[in-house]
Amino acid sequence: MTCRRKWIQISIIAAIMLVLPFFFPSGYYYRVGALVFVNALSVVGLVILVGYAGQISLGHAGFAGIGAYACALAPTHLGLHPAVAILLGALISAALALLIGRPILRLKGYYLGVATLGFGILVSMVLSNERALTGGPDGMSVPDLGLRSLLRDMGWRISGGEFWYGLNAVVLLIGIWIALNLYQSATGRAMRALHGSEVAAQTVGIDVPRIKLQAFVISAVYASVAGSLLALQNGFITPEVAGFMHSVEMVTMAVLGGVGSVLGATLGAAILTLLPQVLTVFAEYEQLVLGLIMVLVMIFLPRGLLPSIVAKLRGRGE
Amino acid sequence: MSILEVKGLGISFGGLRAVNDVSFAVKPGEIVSVIGPNGAGKTTLFNMISGVYMPGVGQVFLEGQDITARAPYLLARQGLTRTFQNLQIFQEMTVLENVIAGFHLTERGPIWADLLSWPSARKRAGEVRNGAYELLTRVRLEKAAEEEAGNLSYGALKRLEIARALAMSPKVLLLDEPAAGCNAVETEEIDALIAELAASGIAILLVEHDMKMVMRISNHIVVLDHGEKIAEGTPTEVSRNPDVIAAYLGSEEETAHADG
Amino acid sequence: MDALMQFIFSGLTVGAVYALVALGFTIIYNASDVVNFAQGEFVMLGGMITVFTFEAGLPLPLAALIAIFVTSAVGVALNKLAIEPARGAPVVSLIIITIGASIFIRGAAQIVFDKQLHRLPSFSGDEPIHMLGATILPQSLWVIGGALLVFVGLYLFFTRTLTGKAVLATANNRLAAQLVGINTGFMMTLSFALSAAIGALAGVLVTPITLVGYDIGVALALKGFAAAMLGGMGNPKGALAGGLLLGLFEALTAGYISSQYKEAVAFIVILAVLFVMPQGIFGEKKTERV
Repeated sequence: MTCRRKWIQISIIAAIMLVLPFFFPSGYYYRVGALVFVNALSVVGLVILVGYAGQISLGHAGFAGIGAYACALAPTHLGLHPAVAILLGALISAALALLIGRPILRLKGYYLGVATLGFGILVSMVLSNERALTGGPDGMSVPDLGLRSLLRDMGWRISGGEFWYGLNAVVLLIGIWIALNLYQSATGRAMRALHGSEVAAQTVGIDVPRIKLQAFVISAVYASVAGSLLALQNGFITPEVAGFMHSVEMVTMAVLGGVGSVLGATLGAAILTLLPQVLTVFAEYEQLVLGLIMVLVMIFLPRGLLPSIVAKLRGRGE
Repeated sequence: MSILEVKGLGISFGGLRAVNDVSFAVKPGEIVSVIGPNGAGKTTLFNMISGVYMPGVGQVFLEGQDITARAPYLLARQGLTRTFQNLQIFQEMTVLENVIAGFHLTERGPIWADLLSWPSARKRAGEVRNGAYELLTRVRLEKAAEEEAGNLSYGALKRLEIARALAMSPKVLLLDEPAAGCNAVETEEIDALIAELAASGIAILLVEHDMKMVMRISNHIVVLDHGEKIAEGTPTEVSRNPDVIAAYLGSEEETAHADG
Repeated sequence: MDALMQFIFSGLTVGAVYALVALGFTIIYNASDVVNFAQGEFVMLGGMITVFTFEAGLPLPLAALIAIFVTSAVGVALNKLAIEPARGAPVVSLIIITIGASIFIRGAAQIVFDKQLHRLPSFSGDEPIHMLGATILPQSLWVIGGALLVFVGLYLFFTRTLTGKAVLATANNRLAAQLVGINTGFMMTLSFALSAAIGALAGVLVTPITLVGYDIGVALALKGFAAAMLGGMGNPKGALAGGLLLGLFEALTAGYISSQYKEAVAFIVILAVLFVMPQGIFGEKKTERV
């Protein structure tokens, strides 16, 4: 991918982010948009791990949980500003990923799946069980980021929805920019190389365990920051953020959109986030439809939505 | 002075001796071929030298340094690399990217520079890009540079693997059946390429089934049978060696029986 | 000492259920290289269908039979509609397909049945039996005995019958099995039916103890998967050992350390085993061929 294509992709997403609000029928949609961006952020991180490096994680929500609870706990217990708490969460997630990554990433396929799954479950279990600190399964409140009141003092009055829409959009764009930088760099190419053939990657001097670990840590930081933003914008958090189903949702979003493609992952996040909103009318059928979509997309568009569509269009063009 | 030296190398799989007590040496600019009937242990030998398998006994020396059972990526950093009998291509990357990946050791830098697309990272990427193009031209794949590697023909992929290995400017290059599955023209091209590489000072260790090619380009030949070295010498010496003839005829007889 | 015995009994009961779920994973994995995350839903279906047909007035054994039969049909449908069309897909895709299928089945169950928890009467009353200084519920004996019967039955099926051997042959080498005239497609169908039936049976047996609801499948699938991995994926003996071990770990942790963290310890043990033995306890070590 050339430098130009990188900026084209970023411009497309930025343009959509800017134009969409003109079609919002109510302020509520800013909230939904903000949620889409947060989910997309963690999914872009998974694209680096799953799409670039070809490793699976069924426990990435664990890192989202760490990021979320860092923002809930650090301000009250350590007196940190919530914005600093985001960094603290990311730091803890990175350290933890570094620590467990080495032994876990030696595993392959389903075994890697169960190990990461175990990690995620352990995190969500700690969050549910340490009631004194986390409020247990009922969750706990998260302090305000304080940035919006700062803007108000500067004379810029915007609603909570608008604020989070804007902030998350900016963070997501930065996340996408970094992921695309990585794609065309030596490290990113090494990740994609070991995805293709580990033994060949070794013969060109790639330290496979190290590169896998880098992918794991980077994607953990993405998930952690996304978790932090989610907690801060909701003002409330439960251990479900770290749960197995959230991990599955993240992987599904990534694969649905096209796991090798950052743009596709964003699309996947958007679809799966919007789906429940659309389906609230048929609340009863939500799970049924979600499950059906997952199965059908994987069978009929195995490379994910976006790459399959692009391939179709190219085929027609020629 | 030899650059690669193998001393008494051996390995067993579940009690079965696949390779036993094999020794030889390769000098810079020399082409040494390992030949032998199917199942003689040639690829296993390669896998031990290149660090894919851990040898049960014996040692491998690179420039006098003991590199036995060292991880392949460390060997690559010391200038030893290889190609594979059954292709190991980065299928979903473009042809050009495959070769650029071969420049990993030249290109790599601090990860934060890669993440932020720092000018230094872009500069590194730009430099190796040119080098990769040159190598693609050398193996005559420059026209396919932007194609997805998975779409190339078998013979083209064989050449791509060689180009990728050359990207590391190796001192020792192990080629596992580089001409397998190639047509006569492609074989001749690979033939010429190997000779050229050796002339530039790279030590080449070759496994190849095409006997004509082996006899034509090798300086030295090591013959394996049932995991043991039964002969070694110049092409002429080896082709006259009664043990070698027996081994090959013996295996042909077995084939004949199997066919009958 | 009595407490220990008590924990062991409860561990074996839960472990027997995990072993059955793990066995279901193993059979399908052997036949198709797919880890079927919908395995827990078979247990749910077994329990739910039995409850609803029983409450409709059918005798319990008949209700259970219907449940097992219907669940098998669901298993076969799962294979035909979701797994076979995706043959050869990468592991991540297969994981998503079976998780998607499990969400689908759960969604359907919540519509067809309801969102309540249900129970069945115990098969032989609720009078605890005194044994080795501890007490055990008759239903626990049903669960453990049922699991043992299934394992013995399957062992005989795989080693003594031609069909069983054909299933094993298919698992071992699909192409070679086809060459010697085995209908591998049918073997796949059979594996899914068998594995669904085993899951449903587990559901029938355990419902009097643990109750059943539309959403019990996820947790069971995770535990069963973990048990199968612990024992080494694809090995029936491993499924039995992994399931029982996991059950015992959980019960002992709940008893001696913390009931809140009983599941945590199970996953820690699994992580530890995978770190030391990346192929599980009974798994084969594979060498990569290049």
